[in-house]
Amino acid sequence: MLPMLKYELVEKNGWVTEEELLDYYAVGQCTPGIIAVNVSTFVGYKKRGIIGAIFSTLGMVSPSLIIVSILALFLEQFMSNKIVAHAVGGIKIVVCALMLNTVVTMAKKSVVGGLCCGIAVLSFLLAVFTPIPTVFLVIIAGIFGIILYRMGGVKL
Amino acid sequence: MRVFWDLFIEFFQIGLFAIGGGPATIPFLMDLPSRHDWYERADVANMLAVSESTPGPIGINMATYAGYRAAGFLGGITATFSLVLPSLIVIIIVARILNSFSQNPYVRSAFYTIRPAVTGLIATAVLGIWETSLFTAEDGSFQFPVFPVALVVLFYFAMTHKKLKKLHPAFWIFCGAVIGIVFQM
Repeated sequence: MLPMLKYELVEKNGWVTEEELLDYYAVGQCTPGIIAVNVSTFVGYKKRGIIGAIFSTLGMVSPSLIIVSILALFLEQFMSNKIVAHAVGGIKIVVCALMLNTVVTMAKKSVVGGLCCGIAVLSFLLAVFTPIPTVFLVIIAGIFGIILYRMGGVKL
Repeated sequence: MRVFWDLFIEFFQIGLFAIGGGPATIPFLMDLPSRHDWYERADVANMLAVSESTPGPIGINMATYAGYRAAGFLGGITATFSLVLPSLIVIIIVARILNSFSQNPYVRSAFYTIRPAVTGLIATAVLGIWETSLFTAEDGSFQFPVFPVALVVLFYFAMTHKKLKKLHPAFWIFCGAVIGIVFQM
């Protein structure tokens, strides 16, 4: 996504400098929500305030809304078709592989060092074996990080 | 009308707590079927296939699809807008204090531990996707289908191979569809 944002925002339209974009991207990664949406909201806000933020966000989500709705409509109607059902059976295999790839890629980026590894394993086990809601696990992890920092346990 | 309110509440929450981009929404989407009958856990694999092979951020595509399953086109719009609303609010606040925000030690230490935790949560969700799409037989019992599992491994090594890494997920999804039709999966 970053190369595309760079082309559209820096090179084509000159709305932000490359440095600003990287700053926004960094913030987009450590604010809740989808990173690409966060960056576009940020750029919109910087250019035209709250209205700009709303419009750039709408722009970012509109293609998804239209394309996915059409595809969903299509899929719902053709799921009973034998060939489509077989195709979906094969696609599920690929999705399993794609998701494995997603987890491995994320682990390489976020699991640095023993402490992070422990946290990842612990959250995995808690999510599998306890009914603690996902939201709470995220909040607990964040609070844990802040406590660690206060106690001098994290070197940032 | 109730369903739109439920969609708003659920997806606003996901938008607020899915930290680390699109894939972070997957654990939440695997959770939803335990509270609502919008779709089943087994459907998440299909939703991911659609989201990975269409343009646009995966998280947004997933929300649109989930919302569509719950309440049609308007459901898709509701879910998507609810998902991005927290971003909109948080970014507008953060934009005023940009320079101090991403450098703030509290923010950084919280994210230092949230990121690996989210990775663990995504691993759990992926395990769930494997369970429903590979290891659950049609009657609900456990199965270990050798051929499909071997294919998953094969696909994984293919898509992480140095020369094939750049290929779009849609290419692999298309290959999967062809294999599925050929072998009548």
